[in-house]
Amino acid sequence: MLYFSDLLQYSDVFLSGLKTTVELTVLTTILGVALGTACATIRQYGNRASQRVVSVYVELIRNTPFIVQLFFIFFGLPAIGMMLSPWEASMIALTINLGAYSTEIIRAGLASISKGQIEAAKVLGLNFRQTLTRVIFVPAFEKIYPALTSQCIIVMLGSAVISQISVQDLTYAANLVQSRNFRAFESYLVTALMYLGLSILLRFAFNALGKRLFAYRTAD
Amino acid sequence: MSLVNLHQVHKFYGDHHVLKGIDLDIKAGEVVSIIGKSGSGKSTLLRCINGLEHYQEGGITVDGKEVTTEDIQVRRLALSVGMIFQNFNLFPHMTVGENVMLAPTIVLKKSKAEAETTARAMLEKVGLAEKFDSFPEKLSGGQQQRVAIARALAMSPKVLLCDEITSALDPELVGEVLKVLEQLAKEGITLVLVTHEMNFARDVGSRVVFMHQGKVWEQGDPKTILSNPQTDELKQFMGAVL
Ligand SMILES: Nc1ncnc2c1ncn2[C@@H]1O[C@H](COP(=O)(O)OP(=O)(O)OP(=O)(O)O)[C@@H](O)[C@H]1O
Ligand SMILES: [Mg+2]
Repeated sequence: MLYFSDLLQYSDVFLSGLKTTVELTVLTTILGVALGTACATIRQYGNRASQRVVSVYVELIRNTPFIVQLFFIFFGLPAIGMMLSPWEASMIALTINLGAYSTEIIRAGLASISKGQIEAAKVLGLNFRQTLTRVIFVPAFEKIYPALTSQCIIVMLGSAVISQISVQDLTYAANLVQSRNFRAFESYLVTALMYLGLSILLRFAFNALGKRLFAYRTAD
Repeated sequence: MSLVNLHQVHKFYGDHHVLKGIDLDIKAGEVVSIIGKSGSGKSTLLRCINGLEHYQEGGITVDGKEVTTEDIQVRRLALSVGMIFQNFNLFPHMTVGENVMLAPTIVLKKSKAEAETTARAMLEKVGLAEKFDSFPEKLSGGQQQRVAIARALAMSPKVLLCDEITSALDPELVGEVLKVLEQLAKEGITLVLVTHEMNFARDVGSRVVFMHQGKVWEQGDPKTILSNPQTDELKQFMGAVL
């Protein structure tokens, strides 16, 4: 027998976990994509030394497990005097993680912009910052938008790991509830469905944003 | 008075000596057609004039000011040198109007209203006033190239450089772009164009410059030089294009 009704008394726990996951997702998506954009710009247009620094960062993050990155920031950094709350450590770890993956994705978008576009901007007198923001970014992001939004969703789902350092996110709520009422099946099923709902919602949001940003594709 | 002056300009790509001592003097109002075989250095020459390429020796001045590739210089140059490319290079995410208004608003700091007035006037001049709100990809190649011309004109350049601007067009669209150029020439704008359109060079141009192996091989009045080439290389070239 399944007892979903046993979960009802814990609905506050689930909702507060959901809220934490959503908040962290929104924040780290914005910060991570901003970080990735900055790093991709350096990787594509920066000088040799700064390109090297970005490459090291990207490879370091992409070749180590997320949970180790998280533990390093939360348990490791205090050794050098950086005490972070679980929430702060998670925020930083998720941002750095998304930043690294999105660097590679966004860079592919920047690389797709022809030299001619950049030269056209230059001969019109735009400086490089204006060229980036006015001429390069929109078409570059359009190219890689599906890959980038998928990555954001992957990071949102991966954030479940932060329950390991006691951030009271959605997965933490599921663990807590099933440890109280021993309804593991129901707890995790409900939690999985909530993650699924979040993914679908995020995709909708990204699609709506994309339609606005890249309106020129569908204009008549 | 000379508007564009090149003095003994040498340009290398690594070991490859591409421009071998170019001397060229262009006066305001001239329409100079640069012709020559592929690889003779025509594009490189134009790109040196507007600071897109660095050159190693000699000197180039536009309107009396020296040309270098320092970023700030390129931007100042942009105010006096316009350039049109073979592939139009319109910004795909902006409407035609936004393409034309971009540089006047963010480089010349014109107000939006003022920039729009200029943009509409320039689009009118190239016969595309009604396309103000269209996106570039909805236009034909010839129309896109005319927008590119309007975009350059909106910066009121003293000289307009055109690098094979009809070469990417279907043959039936070449005429509309050349007509715009002819109109500009009549209005007295200085044009320097790399072109394969010999009829245009002959009928509209004030001078033809034949480049060969990185040098100005022969130059002069279009009708004279095209009907009576002096060097074997130009004779051969004429034979090949006709
Ligand atoms: N960025 C570059 N790096 C190295 N070599 C180059 C570069 N651009 C041009 N070249 C070389 O310089 C020479 C002159 O090139 P340029 O493009 O000026 O010729 P062109 O006369 O415009 O030819 P075309 O009619 O094919 O456009 C060619 O041999 C070309 O291979
Ligand atoms: Mg060329």
